[in-house]
Amino acid sequence: MGLDYENDGALHAKLIEDVLSQYPDKAAKRRKKHLSVATSQDEAGGEDKGLSECDVKSNIKSIPGVMTIRGCAYAGSKGVVWGPVKDMVHISHGPVGCGQYSWSQRRNYYVGTTGIDTFVTMQFTSDFQEKDIVFGGDKKLEKIIDEVEDLFPLSGGISVQSECPIGLIGDDIEAVSRKKAKEHEKTIVPVRCEGFRGVSQSLGHHIANDAIRDWVFDKDDVDFESGPYDVNVVGDYNIGGDAWASRILLEEIGLRVVGNWSGDATLAEIERAPKAKLNLIHCYRSMNYICRHMEEKYGIAWMEYNFFGPTQIEASLRNIAKHFGPEIEEKTEKVIAKYRPLVDAVIAKYRPRLEGNTVMLYVGGLRPRHVITAYEDLAMVIVGTGYEFAHNDDYQRTGHYVKNGTLLYDDVTGYELEKFIEGIRPDLVGSGIKEKYPVQKMGIPFRQMHSWDYSGPYHGYDGFAIFARDMDLAINNPVWGLYRAPWKKMKDAPLRAVAAE
Amino acid sequence: MEKVTTMPQSAEKVLDHAPLFREPEYRQMLAEKKLNFECPHPDQIVTDQRELTKTWEYREKNLAREALVINPAKACQPLGAVFAAAGFERTMSFVHGSQGCVAYYRSHLSRHFKEPSSAVSSSMTEDAAVFGGLKNMVDGLANTYKLYDPKMIAVSTTCMAEVIGDDLRSFIENAKNEGSVPCDFDVPFAHTPAFVGSHVDGYDGMVKGVLEHFWKGSERSQAAGTINIIPGFDGFCVGNNRELKRLLDLMGVTYTVIQDASDQFDTPSDGEYRMYDGGTKIEDVKGALNAEATLSLQHYNTRKTLEYCNEVGQATASFHYPLGVQATDEFLMKVSAISGQEIPETIRMERGRLVDAMADSQSWLHGKKYAIYGDPDFVCAMARFVMETGGEPTHCLATNGTSAWQVEMKELLASSPFGQDAQIWAGKDLWAMRSLLFTEPVDLLIGNSYGKYLERDTGTPLIRLMFPIFDRHHHHRFPLMGYQGGLRVLTTILDKIFDKLDRETSETGVTDYSYDLTR
Repeated sequence: MGLDYENDGALHAKLIEDVLSQYPDKAAKRRKKHLSVATSQDEAGGEDKGLSECDVKSNIKSIPGVMTIRGCAYAGSKGVVWGPVKDMVHISHGPVGCGQYSWSQRRNYYVGTTGIDTFVTMQFTSDFQEKDIVFGGDKKLEKIIDEVEDLFPLSGGISVQSECPIGLIGDDIEAVSRKKAKEHEKTIVPVRCEGFRGVSQSLGHHIANDAIRDWVFDKDDVDFESGPYDVNVVGDYNIGGDAWASRILLEEIGLRVVGNWSGDATLAEIERAPKAKLNLIHCYRSMNYICRHMEEKYGIAWMEYNFFGPTQIEASLRNIAKHFGPEIEEKTEKVIAKYRPLVDAVIAKYRPRLEGNTVMLYVGGLRPRHVITAYEDLAMVIVGTGYEFAHNDDYQRTGHYVKNGTLLYDDVTGYELEKFIEGIRPDLVGSGIKEKYPVQKMGIPFRQMHSWDYSGPYHGYDGFAIFARDMDLAINNPVWGLYRAPWKKMKDAPLRAVAAE
Repeated sequence: MEKVTTMPQSAEKVLDHAPLFREPEYRQMLAEKKLNFECPHPDQIVTDQRELTKTWEYREKNLAREALVINPAKACQPLGAVFAAAGFERTMSFVHGSQGCVAYYRSHLSRHFKEPSSAVSSSMTEDAAVFGGLKNMVDGLANTYKLYDPKMIAVSTTCMAEVIGDDLRSFIENAKNEGSVPCDFDVPFAHTPAFVGSHVDGYDGMVKGVLEHFWKGSERSQAAGTINIIPGFDGFCVGNNRELKRLLDLMGVTYTVIQDASDQFDTPSDGEYRMYDGGTKIEDVKGALNAEATLSLQHYNTRKTLEYCNEVGQATASFHYPLGVQATDEFLMKVSAISGQEIPETIRMERGRLVDAMADSQSWLHGKKYAIYGDPDFVCAMARFVMETGGEPTHCLATNGTSAWQVEMKELLASSPFGQDAQIWAGKDLWAMRSLLFTEPVDLLIGNSYGKYLERDTGTPLIRLMFPIFDRHHHHRFPLMGYQGGLRVLTTILDKIFDKLDRETSETGVTDYSYDLTR
C-alpha cells in the first residue's frame, strides 16, 4: 500500500451536496446518511492509522423509485452462494423470470459434463402458473424433485431456491424437502431466499449460509482423512477461474485445499468442510456467517485474505503461512520470490501506461475495497468507491484501504452515480453491466467488476497480469478519442488515448 | 505426482482464462482436485449416462415431464412491460414490487442490446408484504418524477405485488392525491403477473395500458387511410423498426409506430449519456386513436391490445413477424389496401433482389432440415421463410406457444410440401429440444444465445436470430423483417452452411478435395 495520495475532498463534498439538493426532502434526508467523504481519523498520522469507519450508513432499505442498483435475496442465494455448487440441481422455485435472468450470468467456471454430472449453466424452474399460486406449489415441487431424480440420476443433491411467491402463499418447502430427501436418499436443501426478504442480496447470502448449516452439515457419513495443512477456501466463486488462480498458489505454499466454496465445488467439498484446519475467506460479506459458525461449533479458525494484486497477495500469503509455521513460511517465501519477476514485468509494462489514472468503483460487498490496492500497485488512484450491499463491518474495513478525501457512496442511485462520474470525470469506472453503457456513453472507459467483463481470472499472480492488461486495454483504446465529430466545436480538452502496444 | 513448478503466465503474452487453464500446471491441478476432493462418479458411469441422454428412451421420459421446466425459452411478463415502456417518449418504467426483479430486467436488456436500460423499482420488502405497497408507490413515484424528469411513468408489477394483490389503479390515484406527481401527469399501468403467460403478454399488457390511458374518454374521429403499427417484443427492434419505417415512407403511408424502442436501444456515443431517446411521442399516441387501422407485427404479443383497438372502432390485422418473401408481401399489401398507397416500384425491385439471392443459393438450401425455437410469432416467421428456401422446419418449438399457436403452425406447415414432416412443440423447453436434436437430428438450429448449449451438446450449428443474443455483438442493429431483412437472414444461414462445409473439408490431404474455392 505504498502509493501516497490524497483526493479532492472539497469537490466530493460539493458533489454530495449537489445531488442531495435534487431529491424530495424526505428522500434527501435518507440518502444523506449513505454519502460521505473519507477523512483521516488521526490527522497527525502514525502507523497503520486507517480512516475512521468510513462514516456512512449501510444495509438499510433502498428508497423506492430512485433506481437502486441492488438485487434481492434470491440473487444472493441462488446467484451467488448456491448456484456455483456444480453437482447439485438448483431449482428456481416460483415463476420463470428469476431463473431465466440469472441463468449463466455469473461466470462461475467449473469442470464437468453439463446436464450429466454438473448443472451450473442450466436453468431449472418450477415455472409457477396461476394455479400454483392459488393452490400452493408443494405438490408440484414433489413431482419436480422426482423428475430431477429420474432425468439426472448423477446429481449430488438438490437445492430449492425460493422466489417471492413461495413465502407469501405459505408453502412448506421444508416438509417437502425432508420427505423427498428420505425417499431418494439425497441431500435436498430448502432455501428461504424470497426476493422481498431483507434489503439487498446480502440477506440471501446469510440465509444461504444458514441453509448449509442446517441442511448440509453434521451428516454421519462424511468419510475423509484430514491432514495438518487442510484449508477451505470460502467465498471464492471462481468467476472467470479466480479460485483456480488462487488454489494454485495455496497448493504451492504447501497447503491442501480440501474444499472451495462455492465456485467449482461439489457437495462433498461442502460436507467435509468442518474437518479442515483453517477457513480462508475471500468474500467476507457473503460467507462470514458460516465461518463464524464453524469456528463456534467445530473450533475452526478463519482468516480473511486478499488475492487482488501483488501487495495484497504477498501480505495474505505470509499471513496465511504464519498460521501454519516455519515449514510453510519458508515455502511461501520461495513462492513469492518465484512470482516476483512476473510481478515486476507486469508492473514495468503496464504502470507507465496507467500511472496516475483515476478510478471510481461501485461493486457488491467486497471488491469496492479489495481491489483498491491492485490498482495502486499499478500507480492508479482510487477517487471514489461504494458498495451495493455492504454492512457496517465492511465500511470499517474499507477505512484501511481508502485515502483521505475519497468519495464514498452506499447503495448509490443511478442518478447519484451519473452525477458523481460527471463531476469527477475519472479515467476509469469499475462497476456492473447496468452501469457500463451509461458510463461509456459519457466517453469514460469502463470495466465490469462483477464478471471481469468476460475476462479473468483476476485473483492471484496469474490474474494480476490479466487485470493489468484489461485496465490498460480499457483506458488506452483509441475509440475514446473518436467521440467528437471533428466539425463540432470542441468544448473540453480532447480525450486522451495511448496507442496500443 | 510431482508438482510442476514452471509458470504459464507472462507479461509479454498475457494468457486469460481460455488459454491459461489449458496450461499443464492448471490441468494437473484440476485433475488432482477432481480425483482427491470432488468425489466424482466414475468416468464410465458419466459416459454411460451421457449416452443414455441421447436415446429415444430418455427422450420419452424427458418429453413426459409434467412439472419440471429446464432451460425454457421464455421470460416473465414484467420484462415485456419494461421493454414496451422503453418504446415511448421519455418514459420511465416503474415496476411495483421487489427490487431485485428490476435489476434483472435491466441487466437482461443491457446484455442483449449493449445499451443502457433504465427502470426503477418500488423496492417492496417484508413490511410491504404485510401492509401492501401503497407507501412505496407514493414515495417511489415522487422520487422518480423528481430525479429522472420523465414525461411519463409506466407502472407494471412483479409477482410479489400480484400475489399480495396491490391494486395499481387505486394506488396511482392515491399517489396523485398525495402529490407524488401532478394530477395530470401520465402514469399508465399494467398488471403483469409473472405466473401468467410470458414476456410477450407483459408487452401486450403494457401497450394496452398506455393506449387505454390516452384513449379512454377521448372522441375518435377516424382519419381514413392512416395506420398504427405495433411491432411487439423484438430484440431486433433497432434494425427492424427502422427498416419498417423506411418501407412505409417509401410507400408514402401516414402511420404511427406505437412502441418504438429503436432509438432508445441504439443511442450514439458522443460524450453525452441519453437516458431517454426517441420513442413514440405522447402526442402521437393520442392521435393514434383516430387511425383507421392498427396492425400488429406480432400477433401473440398483442392479442389484448388489438381487441381494445377493435373496441374503439379501429380495423385490426395481425402478422407473424413479417420476414421473407410472402410474409412481407402480405404485410405490404395490407398496408397498401388500408392506406390506398401503391407499393412503389423500388420496393418491387427490393423484392426481386431477395428472390434473386434465394435463386442464386437455392441449391445450398434445398432440403436442409432446421430446428427453430423462440417466441411464437418468430418461430412462425422463420418456419415460413425456411420453407420458401426449400428447407424443412423439422422441429418448431415455442415454450410460450399456446394451443392456438399450435393450430396455426399446423396450418402453415400443411400448406407447403416442405412442412409435411415438421413437428410442433408448444410449451416445451430447450432440454426437450436437446432430446429432439439427438433423436431426430437437423442441419441447423435457429434460436438465441441459450442455444449454444445445444450446439455444444449435439453439434448442431446455431444461428442466432432471436432475443436474447448475449454472446454475439450488434446483430440486432440490422433488420430481419422485410425484403432487406430477408437478405440478411438468408446470408446468415448460408454463412453458417458454408463455414461448416469448409470446416468439414479442410483437412489437408484427407478431405480437402472438396474444399472448393467457388461454391
